[in-house]
Formats: sequence, C-alpha cells, structure tokens
Amino acid sequence: MQQSPLQDMDAPIAEFRAVTKRFGAVVAAEGLDLAIRRGEFLSFLGPSGCGKTTALRMLAGFEEPSEGEVLLDGQRVDGLPAHRRPVNMVFQHYALFPHMGVADNIAYGLRQRRPRPSGAEIARAVDRALETVRLEGYGGRRIWELSGGQQQRVALARAIVNEPKLLLLDEPMAALDRKLRRDMQIELQGLQRSLGITFVLVTHDQEEALSMSDRIVIMRGGRIVQVGSPRDLYDAPRDRYVADFVGKSNFFPGRIEGADGAEARLAVAGGQVIAGRPRRAFSEGQAAVASIRPEQVALLRPGQGVGLPVRVLTGIFLGEHTEYLVRHEDLGEFLAHVPRQAEAAQGRFAPGDEAIAAWPEGAALILGDD
Amino acid sequence: MRLFALAVYLFLYVPIAVIAVFAFNGGRSATQLQGFSVQWFGRALSNPFVVDAFRTSLTVALASATLATVFGTMAALVLPQARPRLRAAFDALIYVAVMVPGIVIGIATLIALVTVFGWVNPVLAAVWPGEAPPQLGLGYGSLIAAHGLFALALVVLLVRARVAGMDRSLVEASADLGATPWGTFRQVTLPQIFPGILAGFLLAFTFSFDDFIIAFFVAGPQTTLPIYVFSSIRRGVTPEINAIGAMVLAASLTLLVVAQLLLRRGTSRARG
Ligand SMILES: Nc1ncnc2c1ncn2[C@@H]1O[C@H](COP(=O)(O)OP(=O)(O)OP(=O)(O)O)[C@@H](O)[C@H]1O
Ligand SMILES: [Mg+2]
Repeated sequence: MQQSPLQDMDAPIAEFRAVTKRFGAVVAAEGLDLAIRRGEFLSFLGPSGCGKTTALRMLAGFEEPSEGEVLLDGQRVDGLPAHRRPVNMVFQHYALFPHMGVADNIAYGLRQRRPRPSGAEIARAVDRALETVRLEGYGGRRIWELSGGQQQRVALARAIVNEPKLLLLDEPMAALDRKLRRDMQIELQGLQRSLGITFVLVTHDQEEALSMSDRIVIMRGGRIVQVGSPRDLYDAPRDRYVADFVGKSNFFPGRIEGADGAEARLAVAGGQVIAGRPRRAFSEGQAAVASIRPEQVALLRPGQGVGLPVRVLTGIFLGEHTEYLVRHEDLGEFLAHVPRQAEAAQGRFAPGDEAIAAWPEGAALILGDD
Repeated sequence: MRLFALAVYLFLYVPIAVIAVFAFNGGRSATQLQGFSVQWFGRALSNPFVVDAFRTSLTVALASATLATVFGTMAALVLPQARPRLRAAFDALIYVAVMVPGIVIGIATLIALVTVFGWVNPVLAAVWPGEAPPQLGLGYGSLIAAHGLFALALVVLLVRARVAGMDRSLVEASADLGATPWGTFRQVTLPQIFPGILAGFLLAFTFSFDDFIIAFFVAGPQTTLPIYVFSSIRRGVTPEINAIGAMVLAASLTLLVVAQLLLRRGTSRARG
C-alpha cells in the first residue's frame, strides 16, 4: 500500500511494542510501549537502575529485546545489528577514538558508507559539523588536547554528521560542571530545533529533562509510569512518584472521605481535610496523598488572611524566590516558595515567626500513594 | 641491605660487562686486556660458521615470532568471549607454558617429535610413489614449532592485557557509526592493541634468538647462534665469542627497550 508523504510524517520515527528485556534474572525493562514522534526531543527520566540506558541501547542495537518489537521508521529492527541501523549515539564518556584526531573521529561514520563519499565531500561535511558545534578550526587537534566540554562537542559532531534518523544521548552531560552543563543544554536544544533530528536523551537530572524536552518518559523499575510534556507531568502527575520526581512537592497522606469525578476530599492528620482534583478514581476510605507544589503555597502575616497557622523554621534564599520550611501543628513540615515581589510587599520571615499558609482552590492534587 | 643489593647487581652485571669489554680486546686472550680493537667483530662476521648460525637463528626467530604473534593475538581476542570454564582452562595452560623450565620443554618436545617421526616416516615411506620418500626430522620445523609455542604464551599474555585495558564503548561507538565487525577490528581494535602486539612480537623474537636450552634439544642438524657459541667455548674462549655475545646482547637490549617503550606509550595514549 502506498503511503502519502503526509501520513508518513505523522508516523512515529521509532516504536517500542510490548518490549521486555531480561538479563538473566534481572528484568531491566518490562512491557515498554512507546511511540517516538518524528522531530521531537524526548527524554527518559528516572532514578539509577530503572532501565533508561537499556531502552536506549535497544534502539541503538546493542541489546536485543527478550520479548516484543522495536521499530524504526515503521520497520522492525530487532535482530538488525547496530552497524546497520540509521541511528547514532552520543556516549556517556564520549567514547572518542583516542588514536585519531578530531577530524578523523568526526569523519569516521561517513567513511563507513558504501559507496564511500569522496575525500572532498567528507572534508566539507566535517567542517560543517565542526561549525555546528562551534569548534571551527579544531579539526587538527588530538582528542586528549581537548577539554571535557570540547570532547563532548566532538562526540556530538561525530554523531550528527551522519544525519541519523534518531540521535541517542546517554547522560551526555553527566561529566560536565554545572555551568557548562547549562550552556550545553541550551545549545543542544537549539541544535535539535535547527537540525530537525529526533533526539532521545537519557538523564536522571529532572531539571535537564524539564528544560530541554518536548516530552518526558518517566520510568520506574523497568516500566514506563507516565509520558507527557514537562507541563503535563508537572501539572498533572499520574501518581505520587511522578509528582515527586518532577519538581518539588509537599505530600500530605490521608484517607479519602468523599470523591466525585471533579473533586476529592482527603482527611489528613488532626481532622484536617484537603480538597483537590483527583487524578484517578478513588473509593471512600482509600489511602491517598494530597500533593501541593511549594510555589502554590502563599505565606501571609497573621491576621492578613485565612489559612493554616504555621511557624517558620528556616528560609533559604534561592534568587527568584525564598524557600521557607514551615511547620503546622497537625500537618507537620512543608515547603513554601515566596516570590521576591511578595517578599518586598510584606517583608522577609525570620525563623520562629508566626505565619498563615494558604493555597488557592484547586491547587491540591489527590494522588494514589504507591 | 644496600651493600647486599649492590653485591647482587655486581654479581649479575659484571660478567656481562666483562664480556662486552673483552670483545674490544686487542690481543687474543679472554682474561687479559691487551689494547683496544674491533678486529674480533670483523673476525666473527667473516667466519662462515658464525654467519650460517646467525642466519639460522634469524630465520627461526622471525618465523616463530610471526607465528606466535598471529595466533597469540587471535587467542587473546577470542579468549575473553569464551565460556568461563574454557577460559580458565586455557589461562592455566598458558601460565604453565610460561613457567615450565626450558629444559623440560626441550626434552618433552624432543621425545614427542621423535616418537611422531618414528610413526610417520615408515608410513610415508610405504605410501610414497617416488624413489626417495621424504624423511621428517628435527631441524627448522621443530625449532620454529618449539620456540613458537613458548612465545605464543608470551604474546597471549601481553596482548590480552591490552585487550582488557581497552574501552569497550569504543567498539560500540564504531559499530554505532556504521562500521562492520571487520571494519571495527581494523580501524579501532587493532590500532588500540597494536603496541601490545608489536611488543609481543619483539619479545618473542628476542626469546627465540637468545634461546639455547630448547634449541639444543630440538635443533637436530641445525646450528643456531647460541648453540655455535656453546660448542666453540669447549675449544676455549676467544674474544671472537665475546664479540658475538656483545652483538647479541646489544640487539636483544635494543629490542627489549623498544618493546617497553611501545607498551608504555600505548598505555598513556589509550588513557589520553
Ligand atoms: N549487561 C547487563 N547485564 C546484567 N544486568 C544488566 C546489564 N545491563 C543492565 N543491567 C541491569 O538492568 C537494570 C537497568 O539498567 P540500566 O543500565 O538500564 O539502568 P539506568 O536507568 O540506565 O541506570 P543509571 O541511571 O544508573 O545509568 C539494572 O538493574 C542493571 O543492573
Ligand atoms: Mg544508564
């Protein structure tokens, strides 16, 4: 059947279908179902050992799934060796060839093509790639003459020069210092937009995932928990695990007192009741948690509003806002982020101060606690 | 303690230094220095027996080192992928080969070869269609085989250390960039382990070139340089022998230093 080009563009560039990967008794990935969209920036996010790298390596062809199918551009590729997949990877420690110079490293992929491109073509492509990663004139350097950040750019250039259908990045910034990492993140994002190549990034740094990705895949113990845009995951986490992993949140455990589709009431410690949006169906008496983001919590001077009376324990200045740790008699300790403007209006709180904590209606999410 | 160490070093190296010094002796005494001359080097190099022995040694060393390097490298590359049981067995055999005294290898090889020849030669004679059936015997073949086998173990140990020190992700990166397994081997693995291979070759060569004990048993009618030196000593030591010794020593030391440098440079590069 002939497919129209338009349909083609909508088809996923890569897919996992019920993919499970076992290493002996260890289940590294279980029942992965995922469609990677053409041209998107997708991140796998999760704690150490949750199977992120394994998922990436199955796309690259370094691991074969124990069960299920892996598709690239609509074609089944499980069983296809790595060197025959139109996919390139940026390795965590770059894996640059130490016995070759920068230019030869970048030209490596092009030199493997059959028919082999001419020397002039290769030289031109290498120059263009060096320019893309802002390393003009570094072609003649040896690998060990480069800084960590420069090596990373070479690794990137070595991959993108092949114009892969999918660029895989396994914690590419783990070895860089914070400032450099931030710069690289911005650059990488810009690069992805301008090249139009689909990027798949593995990271356990939530900030990195949030700031760069179109969509994030949250993983836990080899399974996919939730897939969504950073905003989706932040505003509508599926459960406590996601809410905890994406951004900071305050959690108040309790039992469901009553629930309909739009609102659930959670009885928490000391007879307090928190009302919020339920993220799934609950029955009465079921254990759940209320999740409230710190920036949703306002701190007021006593008498200036209604809310929970709290005592300020500590305040940490974080630039655009101050993070206060406060304590409520029944609910215990939780965080409140007070923006600069609010602080300018009502002054700073000192440890020991009495305050009123309040959040707007609908700020709380009622989540399954598992 | 320091004195003791000094004594050990003197004991080890003074005789060697003496050999080198007497090679330049003006007179023909091996115990009394009588002026400086390089005539004994000239004499040694113009002695047809020496030249012949030298050629034999060189041929055997080149052939056995080449064989050992090729097969040793293959073994070193494949062994890490073998099943643990099998690998342990091979490891043990390799260490045994390095540790067994030369004299045992020599005798064992001699007995084994003579026994085999004893079976094969009559059979060959019986089935050979022509007049003069070939007789298998000791000689180049047995020398190369015995040296090659011992050197093989050396090469395996050296090359495997390089293979183990190599970053696995380089091989994956190469495959990821589209190189076939053979392409990866040629463009990534081989350059990475090459210093180890070359060092293995040089050590194998030096070992074979200098070996007396094993060669003595399996050389048959052939005379290698060490065998020649040994047999001429029975007719008295002349500065000519010293000159040969000095030349062999110089060549061996050069090769050893080169091998060391290669190994060291290779290591620092691989980390670079
Ligand atoms: N080759 C292997 N052999 C055996 N077990 C493996 C292998 N590779 C991965 N595993 C196991 O599979 C699980 C998932 O590993 P994986 O490397 O995918 O985790 P990850 O999410 O990338 O973690 P990290 O953030 O630490 O890199 C782990 O329990 C790991 O020990
Ligand atoms: Mg990993």
